[in-house]
Amino acid sequence: MASVLTNLFDGVAYGMLLFVLACGLAVTLGLMNFINLAHGAFAMAGGYVCAVLVNNSGWPFFAALPLAFVASAAIGVVLERTLYRHLYVRSHLDQVLFSIGLVFMSVAAVDYMMGSSRVFIKLPAALEGQIDLFGVGIGRYRLMIIVICGLLTVALQLILAKTRFGSRLRAAVDDPRAAIGLGINVPQVFAFTFAFGCGLAGLGGALSAEILGLDPYFPLKFMIYFLIVVTVGGSSSITGPFLASLLLGIADVAGKYYVPKMGPFVIYTVMIVILIWRPNGLFGRTAAR
Amino acid sequence: MTALSDVSSHAVASARWRISEVAFWVLALACAFLFPSRYLIMTDIVRLGLFALSLDLILGYAGIVSLGHAAFFGVGAYSAGLLALHGVINEPVIALIAAGLVAAVLGFLTSFLVIRGVDLTRLMVTLGIALLLEALAERFSDITGGTDGLQGIEMQPILGLFAFDMFGKTGLFYSLIVLFILFLLARRIVHSPFGLSLRAIRNNPLRAAAIGIPVNRRLIAVYTLAAFYAGIAGALFTQTTALASLDVFAFERSADLMLLLVIGGTGYLYGGLIGAVVFKMLQELFQSITPQYWLFWIGLVLVVMVMVGRARIHRWVLFVPNLIIRQFAGRKAVVAIPERDAS
Repeated sequence: MASVLTNLFDGVAYGMLLFVLACGLAVTLGLMNFINLAHGAFAMAGGYVCAVLVNNSGWPFFAALPLAFVASAAIGVVLERTLYRHLYVRSHLDQVLFSIGLVFMSVAAVDYMMGSSRVFIKLPAALEGQIDLFGVGIGRYRLMIIVICGLLTVALQLILAKTRFGSRLRAAVDDPRAAIGLGINVPQVFAFTFAFGCGLAGLGGALSAEILGLDPYFPLKFMIYFLIVVTVGGSSSITGPFLASLLLGIADVAGKYYVPKMGPFVIYTVMIVILIWRPNGLFGRTAAR
Repeated sequence: MTALSDVSSHAVASARWRISEVAFWVLALACAFLFPSRYLIMTDIVRLGLFALSLDLILGYAGIVSLGHAAFFGVGAYSAGLLALHGVINEPVIALIAAGLVAAVLGFLTSFLVIRGVDLTRLMVTLGIALLLEALAERFSDITGGTDGLQGIEMQPILGLFAFDMFGKTGLFYSLIVLFILFLLARRIVHSPFGLSLRAIRNNPLRAAAIGIPVNRRLIAVYTLAAFYAGIAGALFTQTTALASLDVFAFERSADLMLLLVIGGTGYLYGGLIGAVVFKMLQELFQSITPQYWLFWIGLVLVVMVMVGRARIHRWVLFVPNLIIRQFAGRKAVVAIPERDAS
């Protein structure tokens, strides 16, 4: 029984992590209708920034996390302004080719700069080990992830629903032309959202180094996971991707624990079945227009 | 377009063999005789060309964006390998067709998943199928040999006459002949009414359905056909290299394929073949400069191609040939590429 609960806990932590990693993609892919396969590259950038700061410069882990966010967001905004924004109106094939090209470049560039082996981030002692709660082993690091990601999710939901920026973004997504007509600076809103999504991915990348493993092939290995979160979750709200990532996280952890031989088989099958059953995602109106 | 008013005479005119096409194949055959030390890489190019031809059928003619075309390549490769390894079918040509048919069956079954939904769903489903097959091949490693791949495949002589030699001469001519036959078939198909209806679907599925084209049936048919072609390409890979390992399913293979097809241009059949030559030469070049980091330059090529615009690049490349043709033949060149993909 206890192992079931521990697995459930690990699955939730994993799912929350996936949500932070992928929710930026939900905006670019779901809302802006841009197929961005390079999202994992921003996560990897954040992870490596954090690793360099903590391991080489001796920064404390918690100080390096915000910088991972800022670094990825900065890369995101530069790329958005210079490259991405020209491609919003192009065909999906162009977008796919472009973002695969970016992934290849990021893989080789990180390999060149940081080496091809897996990187570990030195964690503070307070985050290591487990605490025992009613006989259920709970990893401290995973607990921290749940807390951070949970807070982020609530904050995101509030920003989207309550703030002026949130309503602008929703307006820009619903109907860009009408939004421009109302005086909303749509390109600026998109750029800001894109950068914010990249920043979240960077933060997720830094947090995930311990759990998912950080190496130059990160963007390729987890590309499918991010895409699953967005396509299965749909994109009409933040709740869809959130539930989808929880589902994915729990299913993946349980699958690896109970049927280790089937490996990733379970996940892919479930994804294909769901996409056949509901092509627009489980919770969404439209995954892509 | 020209003054041809009715569709059928226009279609017949565009289906006629041009001098440039004949020249292309003569050149390909000449290369096979001229560079005896390069058999292996030329075989590789021919194989890639066939694989790209298969993707062109669904991407260039039917507008289906697929990120998992390696699935069929892999199934063909493993089928041919297993058939040869267990001595089920010893004759390579029959094994080749059998492997292609296995891939076609898989293509037919998965086509029902692919025709549903929009571009994004198609991307995910095709990618998912390739990953699923890779996971399966890894899972049943007692059959597939796992990460080591199939070991000890021995190929029998083709038609009982031509044995595979270690320089790859037989392999090259074998691949070239297979490519040519399948190319003729594809050419016939895309210029048939069936092929024209595919283009109509690519340009506007709704309108195509409105004028009475059975959209889904046509897509299923062409997807199955493309799977057959990809299976043959995979089987050729196994037969000419006596090798089949897990990386036949790899995502990079599908991505590279898309890149080379786009380099060559989609929707006129030669794109895949030209793209295969250019891609292989680029790859050799980059690998000789930076053996480990050539992926970066391939990525850069992709990004630059998209940013500059594919149609524009093709215009630049064709500028000089067109100029020459205009000077000597005194007419406007017709080597333009009908570029219009799924949007």
